[in-house]
Amino acid sequence: MYIIESGNVAAAIGVKLARAQVIAAYPITPQTPLTEKLSEFIESGTMKAAYIPVESEHSALAVCIAASTAGARAFTATSANGLLYMHEQLHWAAGARLPIVMCVVNRGVGAPWTVWNDHQDSISQRDTGWIQIYVNDHQEIIDTTIKAFRIAQEVNIPVMVCYDGYILSHSHMPFDLPDQKLVDRFLPPYNPEDCLDPKNPTNLNSVTLPDVRMNIRGELAHGYMELRYLLQEDLRRSIQVVADVEKHYKEIFNRGEGPYLEEYRCKDASFIAVSMGSLSFQLRVAVDALRKEGIKVGVIGIRLYRPFPDKAIVKALSKADGVIVFEKAISYGYMGTLCSEIASALYKNAKTPFVHNYILGIGGRNIRTEDLVDALRNSCTKGKNTDSADTLGWIGLKI
Amino acid sequence: MGTRKCNQITSTGEPGPGDGGKTGSWRVLRPVIDPNVCIPARKNINACFICWLYCPDCTITRTIPPVIDYEYCKGCGICAEECPTKAITMVEESKFSSKG
Ligand code: SF4
Ligand code: SF4
Repeated sequence: MYIIESGNVAAAIGVKLARAQVIAAYPITPQTPLTEKLSEFIESGTMKAAYIPVESEHSALAVCIAASTAGARAFTATSANGLLYMHEQLHWAAGARLPIVMCVVNRGVGAPWTVWNDHQDSISQRDTGWIQIYVNDHQEIIDTTIKAFRIAQEVNIPVMVCYDGYILSHSHMPFDLPDQKLVDRFLPPYNPEDCLDPKNPTNLNSVTLPDVRMNIRGELAHGYMELRYLLQEDLRRSIQVVADVEKHYKEIFNRGEGPYLEEYRCKDASFIAVSMGSLSFQLRVAVDALRKEGIKVGVIGIRLYRPFPDKAIVKALSKADGVIVFEKAISYGYMGTLCSEIASALYKNAKTPFVHNYILGIGGRNIRTEDLVDALRNSCTKGKNTDSADTLGWIGLKI
Repeated sequence: MGTRKCNQITSTGEPGPGDGGKTGSWRVLRPVIDPNVCIPARKNINACFICWLYCPDCTITRTIPPVIDYEYCKGCGICAEECPTKAITMVEESKFSSKG
């Protein structure tokens, strides 16, 4: 059944269909309607879950950490400075290997204060050990939210589902509503082997020494470094798990794109534009315009950002002459993180395409399709000789 | 041998001696019980055991006489502080190592 709703409501319905048991969130624009919808569902009795009101985002995630440790399926959502405020608990949730799911409704970060969209909030949480998936329409919001619980549960790693504030969160689009029975088939209840048990007290994540130790049963137990190594190992392993979960979802619901990236007119492309989130759909319009001019360009929207699916990305890009990365975030003092990661992944290849980087849409700055067309044309025609090979191109900057 | 076979993916431990690692290596001062002063040792009865109760690393036995496991005793001195008869003296660790 197709319905027309906002992106935030699509996420809320996804959380309800996934039968999340504990929701703790603190309202922040543009995430607010998502948590309001969830509290409505719970209040009206259409969703069986505990909604725990908290005084901050740090506490919201702390509650989810406690709930997940006790064996409940936990969900939270936030944006921008709320996400930054969670930072310490983000590391904790990943280190404690808890399958929490969070929607990040992407928004620029202060200072100065902004409520509009860019990706700086979640990109700044890149190294917290969470899985990050960027989606680009309402169907993907609801489907990915459901899939996220499954992925998280498979690998014991928390997942962020990131979608653009306003552009997706507040716009209305039609999407297919997954059937509850099918979702139940796809997503079994969360029954962890290890969870809090008053009859069996344990120390969880207390001071862990630099070296390994014999535990009280005489077994050699991990030190801090082994546990952190396992997080990395399991994150790399989860690249495959994401694909398996995607395949399983497709078998049941008969939809879904590639697990790592979505390609558009890339087959014969000499140049490939790359971005994440809704921008990749806007770039399709620019690509169509340039194709009419005879420029062989395609676009790739990267869905899985952490763990970084470097092999799939290299496979998709290595045949091109040029790669043009459009980003709504920057690693201040260098360049866009996605661009530097793509360049580093491509470096191992014998034939390396030129890589250009454009920063745009920061703090909600309007992204004009004409500007995308101009930037792409410039990069495609001038290739290695354009300035942006050494310095970043900023689109829409009026300085 | 490494920890690959350890099936934990997070840091969990049960309360007991050794769960915090070889904390004995931290010790600078060693608690030494004087059996002529310690109540259970002197009277040969199950009594007191305040040190056993207070030791944060569970390294003192609830036996006659109480015995300290120096593999894990970290030398915090809580037992000496709490002992009602002042039977426990904190002795510099170097005094023992110099004797071999
Ligand atoms: S607290 Fe002092 S007196 Fe009591 S058992 Fe321990 S050493 Fe002996
Ligand atoms: S000094 Fe005493 S209380 Fe402290 S660890 Fe050693 S035996 Fe336990």
